[in-house]
Amino acid sequence: MAGNKYEAGVKEYRHTYWAPEYVPLDSDLLACFKITPQPGVDREEAAAAVAAESSTGTWTTVWTDLLTDLDYYKGRAYRIEDVPGDDSSFYAFVAYPIDLFEEGSVVNVFTSLVGNVFGFKAVRALRLEDVRFPLAYVKTCNGPPHGIQVERDKMNKYGRPLLGCTIKPKLGLSAKNYGRAVYEVLRGGLDFTKDDENVNSQPFMRWRDRFLFVADAIHTAEAETGERKGHYLNVTAPSPEEMYERAEFAKELNMPIVMHDFLTGGFCANTGLARWCRKNGVLLHIHRAMHAVVDRNPHHGIHFRVLAKALRLSGGDHLHTGTVIGKLEGDRASTQGWVDLLRESFIPEDRSRGIFFDQDWGSMPGVFAVASGGIHVWHMPALLEIFGDDAIFQFGGGTLGHPWGNAAGAAANRVALEACVQARNEGRQVEKEGKEILTNAAKDSPELRVAMETWKEIKFEFDTVDKLDIVNR
Amino acid sequence: MISMSDLQDYNSTPKYETFSYLPPMTPEKIRSQIVYLISQGWNPGIEHVEPEQASRYYWYMWKLPMFGEQSPDVVISELEECHRAHPGHHVRLIGYDNYSQSQGIAFVVFRGR
Repeated sequence: MAGNKYEAGVKEYRHTYWAPEYVPLDSDLLACFKITPQPGVDREEAAAAVAAESSTGTWTTVWTDLLTDLDYYKGRAYRIEDVPGDDSSFYAFVAYPIDLFEEGSVVNVFTSLVGNVFGFKAVRALRLEDVRFPLAYVKTCNGPPHGIQVERDKMNKYGRPLLGCTIKPKLGLSAKNYGRAVYEVLRGGLDFTKDDENVNSQPFMRWRDRFLFVADAIHTAEAETGERKGHYLNVTAPSPEEMYERAEFAKELNMPIVMHDFLTGGFCANTGLARWCRKNGVLLHIHRAMHAVVDRNPHHGIHFRVLAKALRLSGGDHLHTGTVIGKLEGDRASTQGWVDLLRESFIPEDRSRGIFFDQDWGSMPGVFAVASGGIHVWHMPALLEIFGDDAIFQFGGGTLGHPWGNAAGAAANRVALEACVQARNEGRQVEKEGKEILTNAAKDSPELRVAMETWKEIKFEFDTVDKLDIVNR
Repeated sequence: MISMSDLQDYNSTPKYETFSYLPPMTPEKIRSQIVYLISQGWNPGIEHVEPEQASRYYWYMWKLPMFGEQSPDVVISELEECHRAHPGHHVRLIGYDNYSQSQGIAFVVFRGR
């Protein structure tokens, strides 16, 4: 900047922040925004404005700009693309120098990338579609406390997805009755039970009472079945001090896993808890309440794949990802995209799955994908085919709603899962032959037979029509 | 409305993780799982233990894992030999995945009593 004269006033953003010739560095943090500009604002100016407001810029020139090397610190809009099937918006790619962000701080990255810029006047709506975290930055983050491989070893579960169940009714049970529901589910054959996210420490069931009775249920079920069991004890709390107090008590009771809501609890609390979990050998299940507020609008907010990446950096061993079942094929591809972002160590750019950048996680552990909500035994073949082994299928109503009770419901799910895994390993087309596989398995399992009669058969769609790029219309 | 007489009581029995909720496999079914294990590039290994010790992490290792073994017949004959040597023990087959540093598959082939 040497030689530049200070001129007060408002300059067009493009002069400083639109850089189509720029070649991003391996160490840059890259972001893809979907911008819906205000009428009369051209694409380059809108993209440059977003780059400026999410990095070094402000609305007017200030003299102190000349005291620093803006070329080193500024974000740059370096590419613009059409959004297929949508004329109202476009994609803008922005590169940020790594030194704009505090090491290991998802909090700081988000404060910059999705801070004031989202209320900025020049854009009518703004959505953060994807972020490439450079490996240099990834290495500064703690990440998942344990990861998939360590959890399998600790829980002694191999060669299949894991099974869970959220205890219902989600509010109002006493601690002792709640523990009964947990015990029945675990003795029947599921690996985990789960606190509903709404369960924290309400008057009808204080956290300490719940932890004590659940611990008893787990130890009893483990002794009875000979298998390792767990319950996601929700330690989400009003303050970090209370959160840690609850986590410490879970550890004292030898509980293998605790749970946190990373968006309502916040990234600061989540990162702290993830570090505590690594240090104390406790697994961490992550719920995502509030995500739909942020990720559902196709033109504004943050795409879930970015929230998933943020969680992997902040830390969690499980993350809810949606079930896909019953939705559009495009959603299936898109979901498989962010499931890979959670589990794999290198994920290449693939627009057909909504992935805008190569993402290299280096040695950062992987996160189990959790499919939860509205699923039952008939969904098992499709779930196995969509998610593969490194996932947790959570059957709430699909376990507790069994006419013979929780244990029978759990056994039905476990038999259905094992039958599907066995068939897959034999080389069979599990999704296509699902009915035959389940019907055959039910011959040896009255629990599964009754479950199949209770819930309706699912019709599977086989047409693969990728709707990802036009689904937003 | 379901009546109490339609309900079946649930009796649990000791289990030993994957596939222990299914009936014992026939020899053909066992072979298919071994073929799958080999096709995934995993290394077969055999472990066994007294049934009452089944919840331990570490079972007795039978010889050494069969690194690079491509023949299902060899794996089957080792499983049978282990079973003959320890007829009362659970005998399980493991597929070591050295890339993920995990076990791609693990299940009890012979159930002890």
